[in-house]
Amino acid sequence: MSAEALVRGRAAERLRTVRWYQRPRWKRLGAMIALAVLAVMVTGVQGTQRDLFYALEENLTSPLLLVWLALTVGVWAVREFLSPQVKAVSDGYRSVVEEPRGKLRRAWREEKWLRWGALGALVAAAVFLPSGLERYWQTVLVDQIAIYVLVAIGLNVVIGWAGMLDLGFIAFFAIGAYSAAYWTGALPVQPPMELNNFAVIPVAIVTCLLAGVLLGAPTLRLRGDYLAIVTLGFHEIVYLTAKNLDDVTGGTGGVKVERFSLDLGFWSYEWGVIDPMPYYYLLLVFIAVVVFFFWRLEHSKVGRAWTAIREDEVAAASTGVNTVRFKLMAFAIGASTSGVAGVAYASKVGYINSENFVILLSVLVLAYVIFGGMGSIAGVLFGAAFLVWLPEALRDFVDPKDRYMYLGVLLVIMMIYRPQGVIPSRRRARELKLSESGESDADAMTEPAGGRLS
Amino acid sequence: MSGTAEVTKEQAAGQPEGTPVLELRDLRVFYGAIEALKGIDLAVYEGEVVALLGANGAGKSTTLRTASGMLAPRSGRVLLHGERVDGIKSHDLVRFGIGHVPEGRRVFPRMTVRENLEMGAYRFKSPDRDTLDRVYSLFPRLHERRTQLGGTLSGGEQQMLAIGRALMGKPELLLLDEPSMGLAPLIVAQIFDILKEINEQGTTVLLVEQNASQALQLADRGYVLETGAVAMSGEASRLLADPRVREAYLGEGAA
Repeated sequence: MSAEALVRGRAAERLRTVRWYQRPRWKRLGAMIALAVLAVMVTGVQGTQRDLFYALEENLTSPLLLVWLALTVGVWAVREFLSPQVKAVSDGYRSVVEEPRGKLRRAWREEKWLRWGALGALVAAAVFLPSGLERYWQTVLVDQIAIYVLVAIGLNVVIGWAGMLDLGFIAFFAIGAYSAAYWTGALPVQPPMELNNFAVIPVAIVTCLLAGVLLGAPTLRLRGDYLAIVTLGFHEIVYLTAKNLDDVTGGTGGVKVERFSLDLGFWSYEWGVIDPMPYYYLLLVFIAVVVFFFWRLEHSKVGRAWTAIREDEVAAASTGVNTVRFKLMAFAIGASTSGVAGVAYASKVGYINSENFVILLSVLVLAYVIFGGMGSIAGVLFGAAFLVWLPEALRDFVDPKDRYMYLGVLLVIMMIYRPQGVIPSRRRARELKLSESGESDADAMTEPAGGRLS
Repeated sequence: MSGTAEVTKEQAAGQPEGTPVLELRDLRVFYGAIEALKGIDLAVYEGEVVALLGANGAGKSTTLRTASGMLAPRSGRVLLHGERVDGIKSHDLVRFGIGHVPEGRRVFPRMTVRENLEMGAYRFKSPDRDTLDRVYSLFPRLHERRTQLGGTLSGGEQQMLAIGRALMGKPELLLLDEPSMGLAPLIVAQIFDILKEINEQGTTVLLVEQNASQALQLADRGYVLETGAVAMSGEASRLLADPRVREAYLGEGAA
């Protein structure tokens, strides 16, 4: 045996030895202990600037650490040593549940009345339940949940259906809000004629359509990451314009916007300042209209064209899909939905400034869509509602400054265990299944890695 | 039916007459400053199978992509039944009865076989049941796999699906870009048999191929491209017998 071969042999030997702490079981224990330390640092006392090690000392000697260690190591121990028992219990549970669950599923698929009944119950709940809430939660429901649900449904068209990653979606929200401010005469510059807030809606839709086309047209050749960067830039342009062009937009000082009011001569109504519920019903109507329209669109030829473009643009063109037109259309429809939300926001809150439209919101809306399930209307409705509600609900339990950290943790866990979202679209679930077996790419934004030769 | 088809086919093979289905006249295509096609003249007559041969980079795919509207020529013409169609985008050309099977198959990986085929009939209001049945009878394998996802099919099945998808648009002219690429010889033979059948059922075929012997056995006529120009053309049987073709593309007589 040559010396070289011997060295190679030893190197191989060394690489092949697995020491006790490298065994998966002990590795997992290490990870769990690390997780406990991390958790105690995060949930324990905050550090101070004067004593850098204050938080470290306090937290690592606090009984809270023991609680976390007990929890994480407990989970580890159960998984490692009691897995047969756990499995027996879960199997038992499954065998009991399986039959009724399968029945329910089949009924859900086959019985129309069940689906319509569920939809009716949901709508009834959405209409009647909120009036029983505290005013604080009613305000959250209107100012945030309803508004962002609308924005998220719009973004879903762009990324969920047409497969274009838009990181600057709040720009259109801003354009809608500033349209409302401009046409109701709230901005330092005066419009040619003042409009009622409701009349601004079609104007804002057209403005956002144009803005969507303006952004879309030069960027149509781009996909995935490149498009994301451009949309990011577009958002910054809109945001910085709103911020720095004080003479026109009011900048960070902001402007007061009139609230919704309707005067039909024989009947007039004003959406007041204090009670959020009238706005809620108004927004509910907006959402219902948009959802119905999009639901029809998804199952039309337009929806199929978007799916084809998302999967393979060249193939889509070869089957006769005008890819340019449909991509622009997705941009424009998404943008105008967001614009309507912008008008509603300005006309509800009654005051807007540039800081209402920071980039973080674009990222959050993207998270809502992905969390709920890209491409699925029900998923996006749920995702937006839940993730907007969560930080508000956490206010009572954790340090308010840390709320978004918990949101982040939730998103990370979600992406590991359920990347298709809470209520995935049928197609999206398939994509992930394909990617797991290595035959495709989980990334809906880029072209698939498998199934392609050139 | 097959009798009349044979007669017209013989005529077409010998001395094509009348207006060609597809004609390329002095076609010049550039990629930036690089001249990829230096004046291509080519005609495809009704009922024919025409093969476009050549080495890598000779301009075969560029020719096909220009014919299908994916590229616009800088000068020259693309004529369909004598009408100019150059400059018309590929998605609109589909409506003129051109079916394009792009290079590398490009099936929709996350749609089922059935959905892929239905997508092929996108130019119609709704997919045509008879055409679907016809595709299934040409490719029984696709019928077996109709609920399977495009991305999970084997290479040969994907090629079948790509051809089937193009047929769903009821083309009178089918353009194929290297249907044999990356496939086992047995599968290639199968696919060429099916292409022959499709042609016999009345679809004109223009195909780009590296696999010269298979292509020329199927084709009525052939064109050999070299560095962006037509180097040779003629009846397929003559090309197949031509020593220069045999040397360059069939790997014979070089030594």
